[in-house]
Amino acid sequence: MSPQIEACSAVSAFRVPVNTQEARSKRQQKASPTKARDGIADTQPLGVGKDRTLQTQRLLSHPPQSLHLVAPVWNGGTRGIGGLSRVVAPEGNQKKGKSLLQFLADRFYDVEALRDHLLRKRVSKVHQKNRPFNHINRRYGPYVAGAYFILKQGGAVRFQGREWIRPNQRGHFSLDFLKLQAVPVEAVDASGCAINYQGLDSLLALKELQSLWLQRCPHVDDWCLSRLHPLASSLQELSLAGCPLVSERGLACLHHLWNLRRLDISDLPAVSSPGLTRILVEEMLPSCEVLGADWAQGLKLGPEEQPRDTAGPIPA
Amino acid sequence: MLRRTLLLGLCRGPLGRGLGTHRGGSILDRDGKMSEIKKKIQSILPGGDWNPLYDTSHLPPESSDVVIVGGGVLGLSVAYWLKKLEKPRGAIRVLVVERDHTYSRASTVLSVGGIRQQFSVPENVQLSLFSIDFLRNINEYLAVADDPPLDIQFNPSGYLLLASEKGAAIMENNVKEGAKVCLMSPEQLRNKFPWINTEGVALASYGMEHEGWFDPWCLLQGLRRKVQSMGVLFCRGEVTRFMSSSNLMKTASGEEVNLKRIHEVHVKIDQSLEYQPVECAIVINAAGAWSGQVAELAGIGKGPPGTLQGTKLPVELRKRYVYLWHCPQGPGLETPFVIDPSGTYFRREGLGHNYLGGCSPTEEEEPDPGNLEVDHDFFQDRVWPPLAQRVPAFETLKVRSAWAGYYDYNTFDQNGVVGPHPLVINMYFATGFSGHGLQQAPAVGRAVAEMVLEGHFQTINLSSFLFSRFYSGEKVQEHNII
Repeated sequence: MSPQIEACSAVSAFRVPVNTQEARSKRQQKASPTKARDGIADTQPLGVGKDRTLQTQRLLSHPPQSLHLVAPVWNGGTRGIGGLSRVVAPEGNQKKGKSLLQFLADRFYDVEALRDHLLRKRVSKVHQKNRPFNHINRRYGPYVAGAYFILKQGGAVRFQGREWIRPNQRGHFSLDFLKLQAVPVEAVDASGCAINYQGLDSLLALKELQSLWLQRCPHVDDWCLSRLHPLASSLQELSLAGCPLVSERGLACLHHLWNLRRLDISDLPAVSSPGLTRILVEEMLPSCEVLGADWAQGLKLGPEEQPRDTAGPIPA
Repeated sequence: MLRRTLLLGLCRGPLGRGLGTHRGGSILDRDGKMSEIKKKIQSILPGGDWNPLYDTSHLPPESSDVVIVGGGVLGLSVAYWLKKLEKPRGAIRVLVVERDHTYSRASTVLSVGGIRQQFSVPENVQLSLFSIDFLRNINEYLAVADDPPLDIQFNPSGYLLLASEKGAAIMENNVKEGAKVCLMSPEQLRNKFPWINTEGVALASYGMEHEGWFDPWCLLQGLRRKVQSMGVLFCRGEVTRFMSSSNLMKTASGEEVNLKRIHEVHVKIDQSLEYQPVECAIVINAAGAWSGQVAELAGIGKGPPGTLQGTKLPVELRKRYVYLWHCPQGPGLETPFVIDPSGTYFRREGLGHNYLGGCSPTEEEEPDPGNLEVDHDFFQDRVWPPLAQRVPAFETLKVRSAWAGYYDYNTFDQNGVVGPHPLVINMYFATGFSGHGLQQAPAVGRAVAEMVLEGHFQTINLSSFLFSRFYSGEKVQEHNII
């Protein structure tokens, strides 16, 4: 039975329906820290409490177990939530290097600013990769601009009636396709590229696109899938295998693509029940061949289907 | 070192232990005494809240620049944008007062969680567009260092508004710019969604992008976590009184006007008679369904009827029911948020053929908003028949659960009230959205923060949503309210 029915029958204090079990557990985890913090003192003047120099002096002079004496300042508060989430998902935050940076950033404004700067740089790098090439669009047309965009990201393009164009090991590609202004792009292989919601602008201009491969793209999520509907009349093949941010909620908006004949939704870690999702997507797109998880994946075996123990009694 | 000497003093060595057993109880008390002494030292050290006379850790501060009454999604959104747009950083002290820290009756968490762009008033469309942009980039806006990213579980499945003959003309006049909406005839509707019975439907409006539903609890927790990291103070208490002063002033045309200014907010602590007078410069009324009561405390509406002093804030509590049912033959994964011409609505919930839905009662059958009890007969009589007529598969369904929540219903024109009051000059409103407050909260929070910090709206012009329209009678009627 799907997890949603069990989740619905468990009535929480103020919110009954739950999408997935993990959302419910996440919500419970989030609910408790606020209650715990209410007990501590949620009226702490946070500006006053963040007295860094005094804290560092105290930490240097006292042994580590006295840290809980000065816990209720804002660091303790957020570390409370972070601490709880570390219990829930330990694999992310227990790396030695990360915790050292965290430790220093909690105590020094400079390290905190440096960490924020590094994070912002990472985000802006993805933005920069997804910028639209308006000058190429004006000069050579949307097909060439879209092809240039994909090739610059490291993907491959195929124009109608031609061979695949790929960048080489160093990321360089020949600019011969600049003369193919009137030839539509038929297939795009953007596997592993850093394409995101903004970057899809360049792809959506390719009106005769027949085949789109978005395997293992780290920034393609449910919002991007909701943008694919302008390609409905031409798109016949779509592959989303291995995208970490795509869930069943984004797959629900693929029903606009009525011309789709092949869909690959295997290996999506964010989908809560892969087998059930595959069945529902097949019902939603009746004329499409869906490659996905096995239907029985995620189902518990019944008593008669339990694998037999090989070391059983010897038959008479 | 202080600790060590105290320990020494208490233990008194092996001789002391012997004497202690004779006295009886002193050794057992030692652990309790130790924790008490630890607490005392902790409060005395800098960073603790030590008051030599009595413990004040549960009380709000004695003064705060901005006091936000109500800690739901609108109140937290205003707090977030105030802290984000303030110059210099850390300049404004913001206090959020919320009397129900479990949010058991708050409209935010009891909401169905939909967001749409199909409105007839252009400001509403702009508010929703900004809010969906905020939700899409929520991890850039509400990122807190060392905490996991937020997942608001957004379903981009869109809204499907159905209109009968009468409503078709109104639907065509819905705002087109910015919203990606396609109008469908009954024939196209049947092709796209074969499970719909198109009898009585003249036109359908389907939002393809920027529409759907999400988890409001997650948004609330994300906002709460972020504003706490930005330095906003929270207080669990109830606002019982406003102390204000008035000045008789003359307008440019010589008319005499009594302008009031709130100086203190009395915050009463839960389950206690204790209260703390908080000196404040600005008060923001984001109390949701109870905003009318908070406005009355400030003296809004106390005057001869028909004048500006006598104009009350027309926001009332209205109870609405939401039902969750299971229907195994029901529509599949592609189900959008469907709104019937009769006012009944439903949406898919999860993967297990569960659906959430309800209907807004007419003025005559408004239920009593005194409690949050659910009326199951309302489902049998008013919700199920139109549902079963529109989607024949819903003739066999089983209700799994139901709950009730409040709308902060604006009885004047069912649109929000944003901005300052003309007479109580330092009270700002962010309330009265009658069921679409959650989807506009990020944008409204920014508008109110801009009004407070700059004095005028900068990004979205919400001057038609000011309080003064209740006195001048200009209704901003929104035709697509469910």
